[in-house]
Amino acid sequence: MFAYITRRILYAIPILIGVNLITFLLFFVVNTPRDMAVTHLGDKYTTEEAIEQWIKSHGYDKPRFFDAEASGLKKITNTLIFTQTKNMFLLQFGTSDTGRDIGQDVKERMGPSLAVAIPALLFGLATNIFVALLLTFFRRSYLDLYGVSFCVALMSISSLFYIIIGQFLLGKIFRWVPISGYIGGWSAAKFVLLPVIVSVVAGVGSGARWYRTLLLEEVNKDYIRTARAKGLSSMQVLFKHALKNAMIPILTGVVVVIPTLFMGSLLLESFFSIPGLGSYTIDAIRSQDFAIVRSMVYLGAVLYIVGLILTDISYTLVDPRVRLQ
Amino acid sequence: MLQKVVALLLVLSLLACGDATPNNPYPASEAQQDIYYNAFAIQPRYLDPAKSYTTDQTAFVMQIYEPPLQYHYLMRPYELTTLTTAQMPQIKYFDQNDREVSASARETRVAYSEYIITIQPGILYQPHPAFAKNEEGQYLYHVLTTRDILGIETLSDFKETGSRELTADDYVYQIKRLASPTVNSPIYGLMRDYIIGLAELNQQLVQVYDEQTPEQQALAYIDLNNYDIEGLQVVDRYTYKVKLHGKYPQFKYWLAMPFFAPMPQEALVFYAQMPLIKKNITLDWFPVGTGPYMMTENNPNRRMVMEKNPNFRGEPYPLQGMPEDLTKGLLADAGETMPFIDKVVFTLEKENIPRWSKFLQGYYDSSGIESDNFDQAIQAGGGQASLTPELEAQGIALLKEVQLTDFYWGFNMLDDQVGGYSVKQQKLRQAISIAFDVEEFIAIFLNERGLPAQGPLPPGIFGHAEGVQGINPYVYNDVNGRAMRKGLDEAKRLMFEAGYPNGINPATGRRLIVNMDVSSRGDPDEKARFAWMRKQFDKIGINLNIRATDWNRFRAKQEKGLIQMYFMGWVADYPDPENFFFLFNGDNGKALQGGVNSSNYNNPRFNRLFNRMKNMEDTPEREKIIQEMTDILRKDAPWVWGFHPESYLLKQDWVHNININQMVRGSMKYIRVDSQLRAQQRKAWNQATYWPILVVVAFFLLLLLPLIISYRNKEHRSVQKRFKDK
Repeated sequence: MFAYITRRILYAIPILIGVNLITFLLFFVVNTPRDMAVTHLGDKYTTEEAIEQWIKSHGYDKPRFFDAEASGLKKITNTLIFTQTKNMFLLQFGTSDTGRDIGQDVKERMGPSLAVAIPALLFGLATNIFVALLLTFFRRSYLDLYGVSFCVALMSISSLFYIIIGQFLLGKIFRWVPISGYIGGWSAAKFVLLPVIVSVVAGVGSGARWYRTLLLEEVNKDYIRTARAKGLSSMQVLFKHALKNAMIPILTGVVVVIPTLFMGSLLLESFFSIPGLGSYTIDAIRSQDFAIVRSMVYLGAVLYIVGLILTDISYTLVDPRVRLQ
Repeated sequence: MLQKVVALLLVLSLLACGDATPNNPYPASEAQQDIYYNAFAIQPRYLDPAKSYTTDQTAFVMQIYEPPLQYHYLMRPYELTTLTTAQMPQIKYFDQNDREVSASARETRVAYSEYIITIQPGILYQPHPAFAKNEEGQYLYHVLTTRDILGIETLSDFKETGSRELTADDYVYQIKRLASPTVNSPIYGLMRDYIIGLAELNQQLVQVYDEQTPEQQALAYIDLNNYDIEGLQVVDRYTYKVKLHGKYPQFKYWLAMPFFAPMPQEALVFYAQMPLIKKNITLDWFPVGTGPYMMTENNPNRRMVMEKNPNFRGEPYPLQGMPEDLTKGLLADAGETMPFIDKVVFTLEKENIPRWSKFLQGYYDSSGIESDNFDQAIQAGGGQASLTPELEAQGIALLKEVQLTDFYWGFNMLDDQVGGYSVKQQKLRQAISIAFDVEEFIAIFLNERGLPAQGPLPPGIFGHAEGVQGINPYVYNDVNGRAMRKGLDEAKRLMFEAGYPNGINPATGRRLIVNMDVSSRGDPDEKARFAWMRKQFDKIGINLNIRATDWNRFRAKQEKGLIQMYFMGWVADYPDPENFFFLFNGDNGKALQGGVNSSNYNNPRFNRLFNRMKNMEDTPEREKIIQEMTDILRKDAPWVWGFHPESYLLKQDWVHNININQMVRGSMKYIRVDSQLRAQQRKAWNQATYWPILVVVAFFLLLLLPLIISYRNKEHRSVQKRFKDK
């Protein structure tokens, strides 16, 4: 397994270089450092010197791809692409356009993102499995038919609608929870309750349908028929046999998203004023702070690759037939 | 599983029942405190006064830092008054031979001017670790290592603080900072032309910066005490002198802006430490001032808290105001010592819907009105916008003010087709100006929150004319003293005279095509706005081609003069006509000189009048010149005179002394809050409704019943089937 993981990590390097190259082209070629400086300094009394100084103070005055004036290896290393890529690989995100240390901001914002994402994942998983089991148990009945139709209806509604309705009903009409905001520590529970409910409801349509499909696939297999033939009740068959085997794709599907939980939810965090990494990314896009956007894109790619590796490992843990070589 | 869900809901309901207002986003302990609650939508980029320019930044900065002057809170037109100074600055003018000349001397006679500013003694800085000293008199926190700041995450984690008296040195130091490459102040480009020696100082500092190592550069600090310039002089502990090239009467307005607020060098030394920078403890996020408030919590990702500065000297509430201020209750606290509020809490609220809902629940003390909520808040009646009865019943009040701002559709005067100064070219622009129904634009896209512009000057600026003189005769008819837009027939006639009958371009035999460049951010209502604009041009037979690009592309095109028309806005820096007319000064052309004159307008007669007017006092003669300049602009029509937007602000019943205005940025000290009334109202408005929890529980229980029946039937059926098979 060690060799397999090493190989996967080595495979990740060209992927990350590719991600870095694309973001570099987007943020340093399509949108030049001069554009960044102008956006940042404003338009009223900005001078050419101020623009040049801004570019210099951010280290963007180096040649982009090749330094013809340098000698030896410095032709490559004294370039913007090399320094930016090197810093990214060392997870040194540097400072944002406003001068804040991005690494420090990421550290501070991971907590609020996880405060919403973890309960949302756990409650969402439990709800989806529960609904899927119910539909599978009553398969080919009216409950199944209406349940699946209801799931499709839920899937068809934009998540923004759930957010607005959730805030309107639970925050404004019933006044159970604050409409938005966040406080650290245990007080956060009051603020994350609504986003978690919204997240669970918004995801139950697609989640339950997918899990139902996995369960149906299992209940039609021979070992289920054997179990029934042995005289086990439908409940026993479903919970002890079908669910256990259907959990393999469910768990591996969950494992892949675990690292990306750190990245938070763009829409949810923005609407509920949760100061997580999702709203950090949205704010950076809005204010055209490309240093942050690049860092978040890169971090997202790293976490996704980690998620995929963890998924492969989790296969070996939940399914003894799988061996990584 | 179902049982667990029911149990969870019951626990939740029990928890919720323990608090009458569980939707309160603030700690219950704050209920009776004198706190002002507000929201901010965009994190301020900087709180360094040398860089803060936009309103979202100055809203914080000006509560903390104190420039020498301020605007009178109540008097209109805007008046400058003292803030930290003992009296208004003494201004002296000198000729080339260093002989003093009178203030009315012609600009050509004035070689330089001096502003002598004397501050009040005894003003103290807020408590701050930068000033903390040990018993030997050495600064405690000026040489910190990573180890020293273990456990320190924010400024308030430092145990010791100190303070000291404000001196003239601090003001001079800050003005020098405007030239520093480590600061990149947005007004350096302007000030280098006026403050003697500032440009040379910048050159020196750039050289010093270039010689620094990358590690030194990362600290963004250069000791400016080593550099003296002719234009800045400390006369004594409380007096300093600023020397300007020539005559620049508008300089006094800059003295009321954060750029000229004092900066203690101790703070700069303190913040220039890498361990602190790594923790985002920098001057940009933790200001150090002498003002009524100090920043005690700065989490731009969540909330920003300012508390009363215990060292603040106290300032009396204005004794005078406008006649209507008495009835508005704005003079009820006249003479009382400010500030009134103990704490100001700004919470990050990026979306309109939750912000508006929380305002209605009483969790924000004031709010703007977004178009989504407009119908809920405002009703039109008798030509006047007023609050809806629901909001009035809540005791909410509406405040309005026309902003010192222009939004306009400009022509590029360098363009062969829509630019130029010939009669035909003037007529084409005038025809477009008539067809462009600005009143309709304001009604559709601004919910009537705007005033159609008759020229560049908004109301409240010296030289803005009312009545017949205030009507643009090229676009409007005077109907009983009211401006009525000319008909389309007039616009079509002008098109004919301009050489485009029915909009047909004789050169091509087809409809005239005009390109308009706009900076686009992909707003949802952009499509409707563009469609509306095309419709206006279509009325006179012109095809409008809208080219929407991002701000940088848009700006680059403007710089190269590669546009025909564009849409832009201008927010006044200070309430002087010069700040609007310089947008048309030929020396400020965007394409040729890189200035702020985006239309590249260059009319020699106008330029001459501008140069005379800009340095004059507000006299009848100046007013006459302004009228002539306005007439020239109206005739040349380099802009479709768009509109001056109107600010609407809603305030809760328990908030007092809010006077909506654009210039007074340090307004928090004037505001008073009745926290008891607020606590009562919040409680009354936010009683939680718990019965839906029981409905949800009942629903799940009812759902359970058919499921059990169905399960039993299913199991039973299976048995029957098995039995039959046997």
